[in-house]
Amino acid sequence: MSGVSTATAEDLSEATAPDRFWSRQRRLGAALVIIGLIAAVIFGSLAESATARFTLSEDAEGAALSINGQFGAILFGVIAVAAGGALLAGVAKRWQTLLLCLGIVAFVFSFLCWQVAGKFLPLVDTASGSLELALPLILGALAGVLCERSGVVNVAIEGQFLMGAFGAALVGTLATSVWAGVVSAIVGGVIIASLLAVLAIRFLVDQVVVGIVLNLFALGVTGFLYERLMQPDALKYNSPPRLPEWRIPGLADIPVVGPVLFETNLLVWLALILVVVIHLGLTRTRWGLRTRAVGEHPTAADTVGIRVRGLRYMNVLLGGVVAGAGGAYFTLVSTSAFNKNMTAGAGFIALAALIFGRWTPFGALGAALFFGFAQKLANYLSAVGSPVPNQFLNMLPYIATIVAVAGLVGRVRAPAADGVPYVKS
Amino acid sequence: MANDHIDITVEPGEVHALLGENGAGKSTLMNQLYGLLQPDEGEILVDGEAKVFRSPRDAISAGIGMVHQHFMLVPVFTVAENIALGAEETRGGPLGWLDRRRNRRDVLETSKRYGLPVDPDALVENLPVGAQQRVEIVKALTRDVDLLILDEPTAVLTPQETDELLSVMRSLAETGKSIVFITHKLREVKAIADRITVIRRGRTVGTATPDTSEDELAALMVGRDVSLEVTKTPADPGREVLKVSGLVVDDDRGVRVVDGVDLVVRSGEVLGIAGVQGNGQTELVEAIMGLRLARAGKVELEDADLAGRSTKQVLGAGVGYIPEDRSLDGVVKDFTVAENLVLDLYDREPFGSGLKLNLKAIADSAAERVSQFDIRTPSPQSTVGTLSGGNQQKVVVAREMSRPLKLLIASQPTRGVDVGSIEFIHNQIIHERDVGTAVLVVSSELDEVVGLADRIAVMYRGRILATVSPDMPREEIGLLMAGITGDTQEEDSE
Repeated sequence: MSGVSTATAEDLSEATAPDRFWSRQRRLGAALVIIGLIAAVIFGSLAESATARFTLSEDAEGAALSINGQFGAILFGVIAVAAGGALLAGVAKRWQTLLLCLGIVAFVFSFLCWQVAGKFLPLVDTASGSLELALPLILGALAGVLCERSGVVNVAIEGQFLMGAFGAALVGTLATSVWAGVVSAIVGGVIIASLLAVLAIRFLVDQVVVGIVLNLFALGVTGFLYERLMQPDALKYNSPPRLPEWRIPGLADIPVVGPVLFETNLLVWLALILVVVIHLGLTRTRWGLRTRAVGEHPTAADTVGIRVRGLRYMNVLLGGVVAGAGGAYFTLVSTSAFNKNMTAGAGFIALAALIFGRWTPFGALGAALFFGFAQKLANYLSAVGSPVPNQFLNMLPYIATIVAVAGLVGRVRAPAADGVPYVKS
Repeated sequence: MANDHIDITVEPGEVHALLGENGAGKSTLMNQLYGLLQPDEGEILVDGEAKVFRSPRDAISAGIGMVHQHFMLVPVFTVAENIALGAEETRGGPLGWLDRRRNRRDVLETSKRYGLPVDPDALVENLPVGAQQRVEIVKALTRDVDLLILDEPTAVLTPQETDELLSVMRSLAETGKSIVFITHKLREVKAIADRITVIRRGRTVGTATPDTSEDELAALMVGRDVSLEVTKTPADPGREVLKVSGLVVDDDRGVRVVDGVDLVVRSGEVLGIAGVQGNGQTELVEAIMGLRLARAGKVELEDADLAGRSTKQVLGAGVGYIPEDRSLDGVVKDFTVAENLVLDLYDREPFGSGLKLNLKAIADSAAERVSQFDIRTPSPQSTVGTLSGGNQQKVVVAREMSRPLKLLIASQPTRGVDVGSIEFIHNQIIHERDVGTAVLVVSSELDEVVGLADRIAVMYRGRILATVSPDMPREEIGLLMAGITGDTQEEDSE
């Protein structure tokens, strides 16, 4: 009497075989093999057969690594191919990330060998420069983490940067105090954040639209005040003091790491500490559990008595604090004057770092450092007169983000309720 | 007005059933009791003391817990995290460090005390619905509730899981907890309730005891005598209209959800697909309709291969489709009734040609459909979103049945529909069968499948376990729905 499901076993295995073969690991492996081959063949053939030196000091002395450029380009390309091949052949899960990193690093070094052949690259300077360029990106992306994990999309990081930078320059100059500058940078970020919070949470305006409008608002306000106030009398209004660099005795003497991490300004330490604090907060505390619940399933949070909107307000404002502090970088660290639209899209790169870092603090840190490195490298290459246009390297953050969003680096999943206002039914 | 001066009293240790149709106001009432909605008038007394619930927090602290119809669980959290949420154990101090070990221990303790096995470390999204429901119940119980509200808890369960839940409810009541059991299923009410309150259109229309007959309860619930049975003549199956063979379909995450399905639907018969929600029925229907790509297998409509055809082509080949999610796929809520009635025919004579629509033809045909299908709407120009669920569904049914069909696919045709409309829609489906259309009905309500179908295919984990007659005892069909095949089927299905 029974109808039958004659599972046609052969059909099944045939239909699914290619699907199972091209797992994420294999796709990544194949990609690595391809870029490794490109590196070995193209970079190798283009590279001069001259010594490339990677030095620990600021000049050509004391090379940490000297290698023939052509040989290096080919060698590192082959290493990338080998890492990809290992992934293709299939290795244990815990080796996958390691191999992937090895492959990418080898590719980067292959590229560097080509570029640096006959010249030198100061490693310490590159590292500390990358960290400095990454600084606003780290803080901006952390601000994004705070907002978006609780379910509010923050496209207004750029505007928060601008307001922060402007506030720091203006108040820092007037009060002739760099600390007053930092505080008013935070206030600037919070102003934009509170507008975002009220419009998105209270008035349910589309969060992406609000973010863009707030960016334009910040651009307009700061641009206007800059032209009317700062430009005519720059000395009085637009010459803030620089954030001092502090040196921690002892720790700063550690080679490489010392000068990068322990001879720098307060903002860098703040950013690095915040990464750890926010990570622990999100995963280990009541606040974090509730924040994640509100970002994933606000109705569920509401039914166990959590105040969804209140928590979102708090997180968006905290995000404003962090992003505002990031804005201080532009006027108190990198230069010492405000300029119209001086953030030049850094807020959007921070947003990209947030997504590339999969909405986690450490992911955001890694992505921001990677983007910072790309920028630093672009600066270096244009300084040494590389044939590669530095615009290509400046594109890297965006290309990396597209690749990430397309799902090639594993599943990138935003918090489920990200961007969805909470309305009680 | 969803609730109009309702009075209800729940005693300690009793299972109190709240019976009413979809949209009668049961959930609204309970959401007020749980602090999610605020009443305009009236009061809530707990142990004789008047309380005001501004939020669920107030309700929880007054000892009220609720298991919602749609589970309130965060899918990416573990069971323990979900249960702790909102009542987290912390190590004290202002930072609120989570004490995960204590949270976990609380879960295990409650789970053991009430005999509700849950794994505190499992991710909720990986759990089957029955287990998720246990998590919800444990979540309420860890908060020391005296009154537990269960909103339509059996909608997603197999008959066996339902029996299990009913016995859990019974044993909870024996420990002195009060239980409010919201449902529209008469059989369950009779099986478990100590007292029954019937609600209709926001009013209490009566209280009853479990020995009231099902027909009497139904009459109370609907307000008139209804026939719960679908009346139909024996089927007269003709040629094979739909033939599905070896169909394999993956869902959006790439998980295999239809795993080699073969089925045949003949003209003039209703093939019902029974199964608990989420066993691949949705994807099976979507694959037939061209809404989802099949990975392998064949779908033939009277010898024409439907593989790779667009949905428009499938509809054009003479297939009518009542989708399972009315508001997502069935109607455009901001469009008028008349516009919704021609969603699939707007580009054909007489409704449209070239660049223009023939508004008069659309209006005329709409007026005709509205009276023919008894669609209760102020006018054909009212937007569909303003109609009740039952009438929205009638719009879908009217649209799909107003062209000549070879095959009708009805997926959850009466979900969220009032009893009066259910009767009407069932009769329309049988009528369609009687004029010689092949009909495929998919429903997670076993009663509906048994009532409509001439043959029943039971689907479990992407496979058809067996095809049985609707005369087969419900318990046996229930076992099949839970994946348990008896000796007679075992050889065939493995």
